[in-house]
Amino acid sequence: MDKEFTPRIAAILCQWCSYTGADLAGTSRLQYPTSIIAMKVMCSSRVDPVLLLKAYLSGSDGVLLGGCHPGDCHYEVGNYHTRRRFAILKAVFDTLGLESARLKLSWISASEGPKFAQVANDYTEEIKKMGENPSKKKMFL
Amino acid sequence: MSSINLDMSAPEGVVALLKYLLSSGKVTAVLVPRRNPDTGAYDIGLIADEAGLDSAAPVDPVMLANTGQILSSLTPAKRSLAVVLKPCELRAFVERVKREQGALENVLTISYTCGGVFPLEKVIGESFADVIPNYFKRVGSGEVVDGTRDTCRACEHFVPMNADVTISIAADAGSSSGCRIYLNTDQARELVGGLEGKQSDDEFDPAVTLKLAAGRKAEKEKLFKSLAPTGDGLDGVIEVFGKCVGCHGCGRVCPICYCLLCDFESRSFDYDLPYFEKELAGKGALRLPPDTIFFHLGRMIHMSFSCVGCGLCSDVCPVGIPVASMFKKVGEHTAALFDYVAGRDVEEKLPVMVFKEEEFSELG
Repeated sequence: MDKEFTPRIAAILCQWCSYTGADLAGTSRLQYPTSIIAMKVMCSSRVDPVLLLKAYLSGSDGVLLGGCHPGDCHYEVGNYHTRRRFAILKAVFDTLGLESARLKLSWISASEGPKFAQVANDYTEEIKKMGENPSKKKMFL
Repeated sequence: MSSINLDMSAPEGVVALLKYLLSSGKVTAVLVPRRNPDTGAYDIGLIADEAGLDSAAPVDPVMLANTGQILSSLTPAKRSLAVVLKPCELRAFVERVKREQGALENVLTISYTCGGVFPLEKVIGESFADVIPNYFKRVGSGEVVDGTRDTCRACEHFVPMNADVTISIAADAGSSSGCRIYLNTDQARELVGGLEGKQSDDEFDPAVTLKLAAGRKAEKEKLFKSLAPTGDGLDGVIEVFGKCVGCHGCGRVCPICYCLLCDFESRSFDYDLPYFEKELAGKGALRLPPDTIFFHLGRMIHMSFSCVGCGLCSDVCPVGIPVASMFKKVGEHTAALFDYVAGRDVEEKLPVMVFKEEEFSELG
């Protein structure tokens, strides 16, 4: 049963770096799993962490937020704000005993196609080991 | 001169101080908790006439609404306003000022070492007036008073931060017969300096509160431990918040939740039939109204680092969810990330508004 489990990972990627990195992975014909469902946003700081929470509670097995490397943000400082908000999100998860490992923040530049493929592969493996998101089965959530 | 002693109990002393401020014209109005002598009902009075102070109950262990929240609509004050508020209400107001929901100019903040307040359920009870004398006795001797709000018993910030005037009540056994008024700022010395009483250069000494601080800390640890849900992770969250009826009352009374249109009440989370059908197809059964647990966790993400632990949210919850205790617990963790203390300093920026280039490198 576990072997057949294909995670669904909501990947929210900034259009200047991580999404372009994902594109590069594709045009370079690098293999990465179909578990990654990519969504493009203008900047990682555009994403209210509450939306990542929503994805988690709605049954995403993993939630990946991708942005430019610190210092390289197209809007100069957006990803620094993202990082702080993500730290808060993780702290809330950890304090409540929720699986914060289902949330991932990753900096991937536009030229890092191989890194994107690597992150997608590694994270998918990690989530496979964790199994399904338990929220899918919680009828009282 | 930094302090004035009056030969009367602390509650009487605060009223005398307010009367002086109004009669001398130093302030045009005061904002202070009152008690209706006919009905026993508490409220917060905005009083310009000295006679109106006869019903003032400035330091009674009651919090009807967070004065910090109310103060927003009275500021920026054009003319001087004196406000009596609990330490957590002052911290809440400072948090609001940081969010541009008020201003400290022309406001004389009068606060006190706080013994905690009783849940509203208790306050509206018939015998509440009898509770008060014993309360002040126990508070004066530095005890943690049982029956007060969970977050009050666990509150370590009962000494006001940055108040213009501090009244010594909690952990001050002399407060039943003498009122010690400490003037902490130039504004306080200018406005209150003329009050008749025994003047001295004494400044407030937080050392006298150490015993109470230790008692509160022990209570806090006990409270946090008792909050540990029996279920793990999601089950635990469902156990604690699963009773929510989705009234959003906790957010309404929260002094930090200032948004006029809350994100969780906006169209962003207003679902239609196709959404429910899709969700239902995956799960087989849904909990309605939707997003009740999501709302609490979402609020924690948005503002827990600013939570002052006033406890109003728990008080208004119709189904008895320990909202305030959970927020206090989570808030301590989120604030600790940034070494942040809500309401400590009005110049301290909200942690989500600033950043350091080198931090949280383990996250990405």
